[in-house]
Amino acid sequence: MFELLGIPPQALFGQLLLGLINGAFYAMLSLGLAVIFGLLNIINFTHGAQYMMGAFCAWFLLNLLGVGYWPSLIIVPLIVGAFGILLERAFLRWMYKLDRLYGLLLTFGLALIIEGLFRQGYGSSGQPYAIPAQLTGGQNLGFMFLPNYRAWVIVASIIVCFGTWYLIERTKLGSYLRAATENAALVQAFGINVPRMVTLTYGFGVGLAALAGVMAAPIYQVSPLMGSNIIIVVFAVVVIGGMGSIMGAIISGFGLGIVEGLTKVFYPEASSTVIFVIMAIVLLIKPAGLFGRAN
Amino acid sequence: MTVSRFCHPRLLALATTGCLAFGTAQAQISDDVVKIGVLSDMSSLYSDIGGKGSVIAAQMAVKDFGGKVAGKPIEIISADHLNKADVGSAIARQWIDQDKVDAIVDVPTSSVALAVQDVTKEKGKVFLMSGPASSDLTGKACSPTGVHWTYDTYALAHGTGGALVKQGGDTWFFLTADYAFGHALENDTSAVVKAAGGKVLGSVNVPLNNADFSSFLLQAQSSKAKVIGLANAGGDTVNSIKQASEFGIVTGGQRLAGLLVFISDVNSLGLQTAQGLVLTEAFYWDQNDETRAWAKRFIAETGKVPTMVQAGVYGAVIHYLKAIEAAKSDEGKTVVAKMREIPINDFMTKNGKLREDGRVVRDMYLFQVKAPGESKYQYDYYKQLATIPAEEAYRPLSESACPLVKKG
Amino acid sequence: MDSVSAAIVARSENRLLSGNRLAIVLVALALAAPFGLYPVFLMKALCFALFACAFNLLIGYVGLLSFGHAAFFGAAGYVAAHSAKVWGLPPELAILLGTAASALLGLVFGALAIRRQGIYFAMVTLALSQMLFFYALQAPFTHGEDGIQAVPRGTLLGVVDLNEPLAMYYFVLAIFLLGFFIIYRAIHSPFGQVMKAIRENEPRAISLGYKTDQYKLVAFVLSAALAGLAGGTKSIVFQLASLTDVTWQMSGEVVLMTLLGGLGTVLGPVVGAFIVIAMENYLAQYGSWVTIIQGVIFVLCVLTFRRGVVGEIQHLLRRRNGPPGLDGPAST
Repeated sequence: MFELLGIPPQALFGQLLLGLINGAFYAMLSLGLAVIFGLLNIINFTHGAQYMMGAFCAWFLLNLLGVGYWPSLIIVPLIVGAFGILLERAFLRWMYKLDRLYGLLLTFGLALIIEGLFRQGYGSSGQPYAIPAQLTGGQNLGFMFLPNYRAWVIVASIIVCFGTWYLIERTKLGSYLRAATENAALVQAFGINVPRMVTLTYGFGVGLAALAGVMAAPIYQVSPLMGSNIIIVVFAVVVIGGMGSIMGAIISGFGLGIVEGLTKVFYPEASSTVIFVIMAIVLLIKPAGLFGRAN
Repeated sequence: MTVSRFCHPRLLALATTGCLAFGTAQAQISDDVVKIGVLSDMSSLYSDIGGKGSVIAAQMAVKDFGGKVAGKPIEIISADHLNKADVGSAIARQWIDQDKVDAIVDVPTSSVALAVQDVTKEKGKVFLMSGPASSDLTGKACSPTGVHWTYDTYALAHGTGGALVKQGGDTWFFLTADYAFGHALENDTSAVVKAAGGKVLGSVNVPLNNADFSSFLLQAQSSKAKVIGLANAGGDTVNSIKQASEFGIVTGGQRLAGLLVFISDVNSLGLQTAQGLVLTEAFYWDQNDETRAWAKRFIAETGKVPTMVQAGVYGAVIHYLKAIEAAKSDEGKTVVAKMREIPINDFMTKNGKLREDGRVVRDMYLFQVKAPGESKYQYDYYKQLATIPAEEAYRPLSESACPLVKKG
Repeated sequence: MDSVSAAIVARSENRLLSGNRLAIVLVALALAAPFGLYPVFLMKALCFALFACAFNLLIGYVGLLSFGHAAFFGAAGYVAAHSAKVWGLPPELAILLGTAASALLGLVFGALAIRRQGIYFAMVTLALSQMLFFYALQAPFTHGEDGIQAVPRGTLLGVVDLNEPLAMYYFVLAIFLLGFFIIYRAIHSPFGQVMKAIRENEPRAISLGYKTDQYKLVAFVLSAALAGLAGGTKSIVFQLASLTDVTWQMSGEVVLMTLLGGLGTVLGPVVGAFIVIAMENYLAQYGSWVTIIQGVIFVLCVLTFRRGVVGEIQHLLRRRNGPPGLDGPAST
């Protein structure tokens, strides 16, 4: 039986699949960042905290109201998205005329507050969230044991990612959005309420983060720190992909998940840094990112 | 404004000598109060292990002791070291220099504890460690006034490693957090496993804060080892246990051994996920009537099940106060010498002993986490598998790297 | 505290601002401070003040927001601590070596990061510093989570015993003043003018024939080196180097200090550092509220207080005394 660097091909295939699952989370989060950045020109540092809020919100619904996983998939993004809209109305809208850096600083501050409050309330060791009954157990694929829940994560995230892509690149609403990105004043002149669109876009991006949070809850411990650990990696993913296109965010998210997965097999010590190394290389060769437009 | 600590060091020194001169002849209590500072992680990774619970445990100890020692009042203050070594050592210095703190208690996180150990050693103040894990604190970084009370990495590794091999878990695979702490834990454990006749089939180094363990668990699964040792801590341990359950590791017949797991982790994971996990602790609330009685009071105060770290804070403070009572002094070295003389007996420790390297030796216990069906009431989490006698649990003095031992 | 007194002095006797007298008053206060305040606190605040000043050099004068400055601060701390403890170097050489290491690191990070601007620059520096964090976690010489402990303070130039708190304090003060002077000179030199030109309008600076990338890189390296000087000194003061100083939270903290004190003001970062460190020190018993308060300050600063403490004071003074029309209505 042929082996690649001592790893049997079946095992390798299993690891590729696992990488793809992690990539699904990167893709969903960087997608939300890209959508928000496209219209608001703000890098949403609160994204990690909102991802965490999504997971916590699902936990609240289950433990306080008895609302299970499936309804949560719809309800939680709505709740957290509404919270995002509040943030946008209360704070972010003052940032649009300022240097973009202030938006980054503001959202960073908001992230500190949100995470601090959750830590104050729920400690740091986190809360358990069980896998929904329909998806417990797993399939023996011969080369690996694939938990049903992980399979679901891949399918669901691919649907969400391409749904978003379709919404923005192929529908009329999406064309307004893209037009407003290019020239907000002109779109406003056509009678479209741009400020409202901006607000709703932010809510949508936040909702995507929250959805990723709900999907992550059964896999990872629901903890106040879960967002701050992943957000920096997602930033690197975004730099690599470039903010130019929705598709870029999706492809680089999944792709980097796979690269990271492979690193875990061949050189696990580097698996946490490999994405940053790739980022450095991309910056050297193509500073605007793989799918970015040079400005 | 921030100029709240407007103290001239020389003035303070004068005040102190004045107090000493007027102090009663038999009790040499500096500045007429015994001040204990609980320095813990109140907000971050280890806040559930020590944190506010440690402060409450210390307050319970003072209350149980009657609020006074050698006729002088006892005062407790507390602070958050934010898991930062520089913040911890700055607070320790300030407590000792300005607030006249006599003893510092708890201090989870080895890096902070090592820094505080340096300060207390320099100033000759008592340091009662319950939270930190590193066995270096009584090894090469030992101090004449440092007391490592509850547990250390050596005891956890030896307890879990040795006892599990005896129970048939003779092939191991490690998931190791890729930094000094994780490697130390792995090395200690694999030495015991090999000495007991077991075999280590492999290990994988996992970067810190890596949220997804599936890839590593898959490697562990395919190694066919009977025991998977988790040489990691905090969120990493919790996530690896959770995902091991997802991938059917335990139901597939392999055992998970947590090398640094606390009851707060089990509580947050839930029994469904954590069942079957094997771990070593110095204390479990449901061991006997005494532990139950104490834990009941603790739960009434905090609403949380006590960890061994919090229980250890209580025991350490009580023993410290006993020693002051007996020595009629709160001078660091005198008190610690007295603490060595008196055998340690409290609700969680029977005939414990404080050694010259600062290590408290006591029995440790190997537990297995119950399945949800076996749990009859709230916090009914563990069943005891074995008792690890004190002399086996801790690193023997003959192997100690502590300079204090070699001299003696 | 001298920085706060500075604010009071500035408010009552604003004409001092123009002259050297303010500097003299401040230095005198700094010299006297350890007799009134706890020296360890002062030394920590001074180290962070220098760190914030170095950071401000980039954000305030070149307009580059680095979200990874902890890398330089922490790396220098590790190098200084290691060379003092393991190689037995005297403190001044250890700190120098740390500074040099940070400068080198700054050269590498800077060369990569200045390829992108604005928000991307912030994200790239953040990611690069995270990479260094993982290196520091795994490399054997840093001792992972334990950090490098029990670093000897040693004797300065073989004469002055730095275990003496006052000696240590004046040594730190001297380093701070040196670093501060270098930054001050850099800002008020032709080089500084070019930097400001880049901040205001980079394409125009390019069209005037300036190789802006080179200027940015030099500024980045200088900033990294000075951050390293602060970090190396801190590790000698606290006798330890730990992971804390290379985390991204530390990068966030230095942004907060500078923002709070006033971006692009000479004294702002110093004031900001003193406030943040005092907060961390005196609010320690409130646990995670410290993080929340820091977040609230961030939000308040960005929303209502973008000039920062010193910036607002200067603005007020200028409006009251300056010739009319010079400053005009507040335009932000």
